[in-house]
Amino acid sequence: MMRFAIVLGLLIFGSTGGEIAITYGMKATGEPARLRPKEILQFLGRALCNGWFWAGAPLMALAFYALLVLLSWEPISLVIPASALSYVVGTFGAKYVLGEDVSAARWAGVILVCVGVALVAKG
Amino acid sequence: MTHERRLRIKTLFMVLVMVVCANTGDLMLKRGMSGIGEVQPTLAGLACAFPLTVSNSSIWIGIFFLTGFMLSYMMVLSWADYSYVMPAGAFGYAILTLLAVVFLHEVVSPRRWLGVVFICVGVLLVGQTKPRTTPAVREALA
Repeated sequence: MMRFAIVLGLLIFGSTGGEIAITYGMKATGEPARLRPKEILQFLGRALCNGWFWAGAPLMALAFYALLVLLSWEPISLVIPASALSYVVGTFGAKYVLGEDVSAARWAGVILVCVGVALVAKG
Repeated sequence: MTHERRLRIKTLFMVLVMVVCANTGDLMLKRGMSGIGEVQPTLAGLACAFPLTVSNSSIWIGIFFLTGFMLSYMMVLSWADYSYVMPAGAFGYAILTLLAVVFLHEVVSPRRWLGVVFICVGVLLVGQTKPRTTPAVREALA
């Protein structure tokens, strides 16, 4: 049980930490002026030169590896509902790290999605 | 069309691209790996599976779609809130369940349907909020 909690913690830390770092990097990169191949390629070039992207990628790789380890120990019907907690942790990160304005409606939506994902995975 | 409405449509379109690419990519990987068979987690097992994996067209189609997912995810995060995109992306779970019923004729339990309803209502609630609550880069530099 303890090892499950530790690796789940790594999974949630890696996925939310990685996604927050990538969000930070993409915001700094700036959006493509138009959704056309030339602008998208220029955006990709700028994004790949951003340090936050390269900080986020290994954290997401850590999360993926933690997910594989958890799936090798426990059934998917336990792992996916438990990992749905990352929606709540991610929203806290968005609010306090990225400075996003998370309204009551958005919080309610996030919690409903979190419960919904848990129910779908439980089958 | 107002700026906010345009931003909302652009964001929801990109989230849809993201979800379709992720689900198609996962399905193609699953199809490819099922064709290869069980991979033994040993050096010899991995060495044996590697040429089969890189010569499998389903795997490459899966990688193509997953690359599309990553690119659309990076782009949407360049203008929209993470707390908006993340729950909206969970819509994929609902779409997968619907596809499983329509195309694979799977029987879905009431609990799973309840989960799909929760996800849809949650995504609708998040979708009603402003896609961006932090200043855009150009605005921030101004």
